Amino acid sequence: MWSSPFITQPSSVSQIMLRVLIALIPGIALYVWYFGPAILVSIALASVTALATEAVMLKLRQRPLGPFLSDNSALLTAWLLALSIPALAPWWMVVVGTAFAIAISKHLYGGLGNNPFNPAMIGYAVLIISFPVHMTHWITPHGMGGIELSFGEQLDYIFNGVLPDGLKLDAVTMATPLDTLKTQLHLGLSVNDIRDMPIYGHLAGKGSEMVALGFAIGGLYLLSIRIISWHLPVAFLASLFATAGIFHLVDSVHYVTPLFHWFSGAAMLGAFFILTDPVTSPTTAKGKLIFAAGAGLLTYLIRAFGGFPDGMAFATLLMNICVPLIDAWTQPRVFGKKGEGK
Amino acid sequence: MRPLFKFHGGVHPATHKAESTRTPIALAPIPTKLVIPLHQHVGNRAVPVVQVGERVLKGQIIGRPEGRLSSAVHASTSGTVSAIDMQLVAHHSGLPDLCVTLIPDGKDEWIAHSGVDYRQTEHTDLRHLLRQAGVVGLGGAVFPSDMKSYSHKHKIKTLVLNGAECEPYITCDDMLMRERAGDILRGAEVLRELLYAEEVLIGIEDNKPEAIAAMQKAVLDDKHAHMEVIAVPTLYPGGGAKQLIRVLTGIEVAAGVRSTEMGVQCFNVATAYCVWRAITFGEPLLSRIVTVTGNVEHAQNYEVLLGTPVDELVALAGSRADTNKHIMGGPMMGVDLPSGSVGVTKATNCIIEASPKLFPPPPPALPCIRCTRCADVCPAELQPQELFWFSKAKDFGKAQEYHLFDCIECGACAYVCPSQIPLVQYYRFAKSEIWQRERDAQAADLARERHEYRLMRIEREKQEKAERLAQKEKAALAAKAASPAPAVNPEPAHTSSAADPDDTLQMRIDAAVARAKAQAATAQPKNVNALTPQQQAEIAEIEARRAKIREMASHAGADDEPPKSNQG
Repeated sequence: MWSSPFITQPSSVSQIMLRVLIALIPGIALYVWYFGPAILVSIALASVTALATEAVMLKLRQRPLGPFLSDNSALLTAWLLALSIPALAPWWMVVVGTAFAIAISKHLYGGLGNNPFNPAMIGYAVLIISFPVHMTHWITPHGMGGIELSFGEQLDYIFNGVLPDGLKLDAVTMATPLDTLKTQLHLGLSVNDIRDMPIYGHLAGKGSEMVALGFAIGGLYLLSIRIISWHLPVAFLASLFATAGIFHLVDSVHYVTPLFHWFSGAAMLGAFFILTDPVTSPTTAKGKLIFAAGAGLLTYLIRAFGGFPDGMAFATLLMNICVPLIDAWTQPRVFGKKGEGK
Repeated sequence: MRPLFKFHGGVHPATHKAESTRTPIALAPIPTKLVIPLHQHVGNRAVPVVQVGERVLKGQIIGRPEGRLSSAVHASTSGTVSAIDMQLVAHHSGLPDLCVTLIPDGKDEWIAHSGVDYRQTEHTDLRHLLRQAGVVGLGGAVFPSDMKSYSHKHKIKTLVLNGAECEPYITCDDMLMRERAGDILRGAEVLRELLYAEEVLIGIEDNKPEAIAAMQKAVLDDKHAHMEVIAVPTLYPGGGAKQLIRVLTGIEVAAGVRSTEMGVQCFNVATAYCVWRAITFGEPLLSRIVTVTGNVEHAQNYEVLLGTPVDELVALAGSRADTNKHIMGGPMMGVDLPSGSVGVTKATNCIIEASPKLFPPPPPALPCIRCTRCADVCPAELQPQELFWFSKAKDFGKAQEYHLFDCIECGACAYVCPSQIPLVQYYRFAKSEIWQRERDAQAADLARERHEYRLMRIEREKQEKAERLAQKEKAALAAKAASPAPAVNPEPAHTSSAADPDDTLQMRIDAAVARAKAQAATAQPKNVNALTPQQQAEIAEIEARRAKIREMASHAGADDEPPKSNQG
């Protein structure tokens, strides 16, 4: 016998994931505009790797391929990972990072819905720990007057590791704005001196600040169609802003503005696309606020005092660990039992 | 304008109500036979009081109420009883129950009946009349109305009349309100009297403007004081008693609490109508309005004699050839009927003819991605994703900790689930498992108590025996002392051993009693102890489905797959 309800809303996991992918497009478009089409190559590479790994793992786990390959979740992991690492990363790095994210951090924990950690962030963590040098070569944005590689030259580097004659990698890449900030502060420069460097724009890094804005726009679209709830991005950005603001107010010579932190690194991508992964974030409203606020604080602490230039990935993973506890602690009252003890 | 309150969550499924409201309620003809179940209400099954072959008149009692919580069952028309046996019934258990089969003679001949003036009649007598007239809640809960219409003075402030009808497709209350508003309100007045309620709030979802207008007009025409018709927002499950009470009064009635304890009682509009007919005209509940819709040529509301076979009813509306099941109730909480041969009961508000095209089977379920859309729509403010997790893992303790029993099974969670997980199925499974375990535990407790009592009894008997022996010896000794030549030894061993058990046995008995008491005191209160009679009846019903669901669950895969429903 079939039991009620007999009707369901026409929604699906694959549709939700597809909308998230669509929401990434403004950020990706701006990325291409400022840094060239290399990012599209790594996105494509990551996508193919993700789907292939997903298929192999499903086969090994004896699960049906159709419904799971079409759920778009592996694609989303691939895109987020590709967007987190340098666009000029050699092809094998993209493949290793993506395969690890899908096979180890997703399928070995039970596949879709069962992974405790954000797969894309696990992929990122593996890469930054294993290949730290490669992870620092970011393309110099368009319009800086430097040497710009053509698309063919970018492809040649990604797949063959070959640059045009006489060019060194350092001539076409640079450290991220956050990385540069950290290094220069160590060298004794003040924030103001550093901000005058040509790689910085209005809010943060030239080019990258606009990409961050693109991700924020995509995030607002997700909020408007209720794919994500406001709790996560708002609490994360507020917490990051507040922490950065306090340090900036106390010592503006050594600590940059909160807005710089908002538009640097993976903050916007993280706020709207990474923390909001439903599988690895808390389910209760209060829990989401705690989780995201914690991630904001940790991101700042790692950026300002940690060993890595950006803290988004590790902050996310550290907060992922806490999710079951946060959920257990923040169970809301049920209908008719308001004001009662649990 | 009265301020309305909100309940959490809710969904907006397509209403599909227009199809069946185009034409007025039609009178369904007397069918070729009537299959009248004797258990159409919450509580004890009515006891048959007619014989096979007996001629009965319309309105004659064929099943008398048994026990405190029960209701009478009547012959819906005149005719001959052809069988009293177990038949499939319109019930979610899918199990057969005792039914009276009646072959109508077509004369539709009434038994002598007359009503009373409710103002001149004792409340106790009115309630007795309702019980004898078989009046039960027609919103679907079929709880005997006499049991619900009792209250001390000043205890109940508000009588909520439920005309919300939030489930898609169903329009029987809508049409009844449009056409018979006057009698509904008169019935509500009787109920208000019985409850000593100060006000009557009539809640109707705002997608029924005609019904709202008709009811408002009736309130004005008949100058009903203390009555107010209130349009409530259309939001499923806004017609759930607790949700409607919340919307109209702001009061939240927690699970396991009766709304009367918070000063509110709730009746369905169709029940109020039947109350009026039963009290004033002495007409027992013989028919009800049934919406026939879905895969039919002409969706329509019918006034249907109870016991009319569903097959004969849907034929009136022109059920199409590709119909593959009959759903009783709405698409959100309805029941897939075991057969078209079952008779319409007091709970049958709607028959939806279903076809694979109309209700396509859901795609295979994916794992839960914790998106919490279910929690967003849950009117009980539960965390369905957690309940699902615990139910699937059979971690029933945790499921209860997360308030499984507050779930009203409205289906909103499953409706929005992007992974298409049949969530409600999991909750029903978990509930029935918990009930079973608690009953097992109770049985074990009882067995242990019996065992300890038995030990106590054996000890007591031993002791009594010893005492009797001691008495005998004393008597014998006394006799010997009195007699001149006592030659026989007095067997001293007996006397000494008789005194000993007196103390130690008593101590052991006391200890056993104390042990039993301690155990009883430390025993956790069980869900099954605090149940209302209605819940007990529900347990029995759910129990029946339990085996089936458990079988489904046992087929389910280790991690990803939900229990498979077999579509046969």
